[in-house]
Amino acid sequence: MFSAAVTGIADGLRRLGAASIASVARLGYAARFGVAVVQESPTAFVRLHLTIREIYFAGVLSLIIIAVSGMFVGMVLALQGYDVLERYGADESLGVLVALSLVRELGPVVAGLLFASRAGSAITAEIGLMKTTEQLSAMEMMAVDPLARIVAPRFWGGVIAMPLLAALFSVMGVFGAYLVGVRLIGVDNGTFWGNMQAGIDFWPDITNGIIKSVVFGVAVSLIAVFEGYDAKPTAEGVSAATTRTVVGGSLAILALDFVLTVFMFRGMANV
Amino acid sequence: MNRSTIDLWVGIFVTIGLGAIVFLALKVGNLTTLDAKPSYRLEVNFDNIGGLKMRAPVKAAGVVVGRVESVRLDPKTYEAAVTLKIDNGYQFSKDTIASILTSGLLGEVYIGLDAGGDPQMLTDGGKIAKSQSAVVLEKLIGQFLFDKASSGAPNK
Repeated sequence: MFSAAVTGIADGLRRLGAASIASVARLGYAARFGVAVVQESPTAFVRLHLTIREIYFAGVLSLIIIAVSGMFVGMVLALQGYDVLERYGADESLGVLVALSLVRELGPVVAGLLFASRAGSAITAEIGLMKTTEQLSAMEMMAVDPLARIVAPRFWGGVIAMPLLAALFSVMGVFGAYLVGVRLIGVDNGTFWGNMQAGIDFWPDITNGIIKSVVFGVAVSLIAVFEGYDAKPTAEGVSAATTRTVVGGSLAILALDFVLTVFMFRGMANV
Repeated sequence: MNRSTIDLWVGIFVTIGLGAIVFLALKVGNLTTLDAKPSYRLEVNFDNIGGLKMRAPVKAAGVVVGRVESVRLDPKTYEAAVTLKIDNGYQFSKDTIASILTSGLLGEVYIGLDAGGDPQMLTDGGKIAKSQSAVVLEKLIGQFLFDKASSGAPNK
């Protein structure tokens, strides 16, 4: 009886240990994979058309969803913000509220989440399917490094497209807020823009937003190419890898956002 | 899809993206502020700065002419020593008065400069001698109540 309990506990601990070791090993594998991708990156820039093709798939094809979501987010922010601000007679601060939330947080984060589900999943599925159909092995047989030919251009395509998409998201959001705030509700046009410009500085507000979007771009692109490259070469494996990209990418964005915000804006509260 | 079409679309995409960043910088933010312009520093001491913060605007006649660069406590006089960064295009006379003001009841705190008539101008590192501290609302209300109590009692 007693020994059975001990065996049961030992089994549980062993399973926990194995799971921990496996996840740490996977993390280490991902890190080494990331280093390898960066090492193979010169090819992605020497043969620039490969990267441009990936910017097309990751960036251009995400334009519509980013622009439309950005505009709706801005419109909703303007409606909700006006409702609260009006109670305190501060409706002229609507422009600052909307633009600051978009530039600092919502632009990079929501654009990153959309990017992970729109472009990240596509990258994972594509690389995963290439692995399943042994195209990657075939390339290696022909002495073409799949890291340089397939993975690095997709990684850099994502890294380049992401900040541009985030900036576009913020601009569309501000435009949406302008439509609702100024055109629909009737906040004064001059105070809307004037307070926005007075309340937002290029440094640190906008630059920090851009830094965030670059970091998210690196994180999501790396997760996407890694999950694709690491996928089990079966139909289920590819589907699981795609899911892991979206879930892991989204969680990585939110966690990184918290860490970056702590470093970027904590100092400003103490000034 | 052939390569030149992709190139065209990526070109459009990158242009839109960079245009968005420029829009954020110029229209949403205020990249065109005084930060980049050449400027000089002025020192001024206040008994009490109220809620003045770094980077608060410095205004003369309501026009922004500079920003507050630093705020610290003078350990000898226990006054607040404030460094102002003023745009080179604006010169102020030696008898300028600096006062801490609030725009509106709950608005931002800023420093207002009232130019005097002295022909000599302040130069880089110069010190504004006359200053007017922030009005602390609690003190003002306290004073008002005290005055009311002391002046109101004998009349009745």
